[in-house]
Amino acid sequence: MQDFFSQFFSPDVALTLSYLLKIILIVVPVMISVAYLTYFERRVIGFMQSRIGPNRVGYFGLLQPIADALKLMFKEIVLPSKSNNFLFFLAPLLSIAPALAAWAVIPFDYEMALADINAGLLYVLAMTSIAVYGVIIAGWASNSKYAFLGSLRSAAQIVSYEIAMGFTLVGVLMCANSLNLGDIVIAQEGGISQWYCWPLFPLFVIYFISAVAETNRAPFDVAEGESEIVAGFHVEYSGMAFALFFLAEYANMILVSILAVIMFLGGWLSPVSFIPDGIFWLIIKVAFVLFCFLWLRATFPRYRYDQIMRLGWKVFIPLTLVWIIFVGAMMQTSYAGYFH
Amino acid sequence: MIFTDYLFYLFSSILVLASLRVITANNPVYSALSLVLAFFSAAGIWLLLHAEFLAIALVLVYVGAVMVLFLFVVMMLDINIEALRQRFWSYFPVALLIALLFIFEIYLVVTDKFFSSSDPAGIPLEKSNTHSIGSVLYTDYLLPFQVAAVILLVAIISAIVLTMYGKKSHKAIDPKDQIKVNRNDRVRVVKMKSEKKK
Repeated sequence: MQDFFSQFFSPDVALTLSYLLKIILIVVPVMISVAYLTYFERRVIGFMQSRIGPNRVGYFGLLQPIADALKLMFKEIVLPSKSNNFLFFLAPLLSIAPALAAWAVIPFDYEMALADINAGLLYVLAMTSIAVYGVIIAGWASNSKYAFLGSLRSAAQIVSYEIAMGFTLVGVLMCANSLNLGDIVIAQEGGISQWYCWPLFPLFVIYFISAVAETNRAPFDVAEGESEIVAGFHVEYSGMAFALFFLAEYANMILVSILAVIMFLGGWLSPVSFIPDGIFWLIIKVAFVLFCFLWLRATFPRYRYDQIMRLGWKVFIPLTLVWIIFVGAMMQTSYAGYFH
Repeated sequence: MIFTDYLFYLFSSILVLASLRVITANNPVYSALSLVLAFFSAAGIWLLLHAEFLAIALVLVYVGAVMVLFLFVVMMLDINIEALRQRFWSYFPVALLIALLFIFEIYLVVTDKFFSSSDPAGIPLEKSNTHSIGSVLYTDYLLPFQVAAVILLVAIISAIVLTMYGKKSHKAIDPKDQIKVNRNDRVRVVKMKSEKKK
């Protein structure tokens, strides 16, 4: 791509242009996936609850997300009285920016990543951990008790589950011997039996549940908790500002799913040897993990807040620590081959 | 000047401005958020020095965890700025002393051997940053590293003990106390004359 641009421009400009084009090539599909994930969610949960779901706009309701986006864009943004204007508008930006920035290091195929950096796993973890600022600032700047309660709950929840999530990633990097996401996928080559979801099965389960909690999704959606604190941290937001929170939540969902696929389910690798590897495997696997997210939401009632905290601190963190020690010990024995 | 030099000046000017806002902002929430910005700019400068592991760890630990908890506490405070201003001059000598000490320490570091040798940061490492830090930590600096780990463990235990101290963790009643209860502890019979109906 850079060669193509360098026919017309100087090398620096060509480099910048090629990166900009790559960024667009990532962001636009992500945004389209986010839009259709909302449609997918409403349809799937509709069928699970013996309803039809949205089916009026376009064939099978396929234009519904576009109609929703248009509606939200033309709505008025209401500014609550005595709110902190600057922070009130900064909060949605702070929640969407990290959700998109983390995509920079995601590998989609061999040699297909925007930035192939060595500490990719740490970078993603750092980006997902700063997403909480949007929620906290939104709750504080809204000058509303419900919003504030929602942001406090969310902050405590995300900080607690991040620790368990970080420990599951330690298990993965022990097996893969690398922090580079592409290398982690390549270390899982050789069919479905080599994927890390088998030797690290407890960590895989804990990662998935922590990912649900990190993205504030049901059954861990106490930060929104419609029945208790109306809509939590974004109760005062309307129009496009509200839509940005929504986009960030769904972009984060896709991000944690793609991470689960890269670290535990072999990324773009094919499960069987007679079908070639390719980006379509990544898409299929991510779609399946996302379906599990929706399935969870349709199946389970909301957790009580003290139970969420107990699960995070007293169950997940000790369990991950024990499994990391177990993996470390097994690597010194003759069974080490199963853990590489 | 090459492009990274401009980036360095950009990051460092943001860092200095944000640090100034930390100590001058009236609203403590703004101070905390400025500190977050300062951490980000510092991480950017470290990235320019090829210290990617340190930069990301700074964002991960300080921005992602420590400052979230800080903000959590600061947001719930109801601080009266005027009351704090009145005691400013009484604290001033202590602050001046600490500032002078700090400037002296920075002077020692900057003029010391760390910076006098040829610029080590400009040379990209052969192995990845994380790998080299790990191998140095677990070979040359094993003992200091373990001492640091033990200190952290002590800190964790003491933090837990502090929250447990003198606080009942549950509302269940101890059966032993229930049996010992005397009637006189709970019931007080008061004799008084009956009132006449009007």
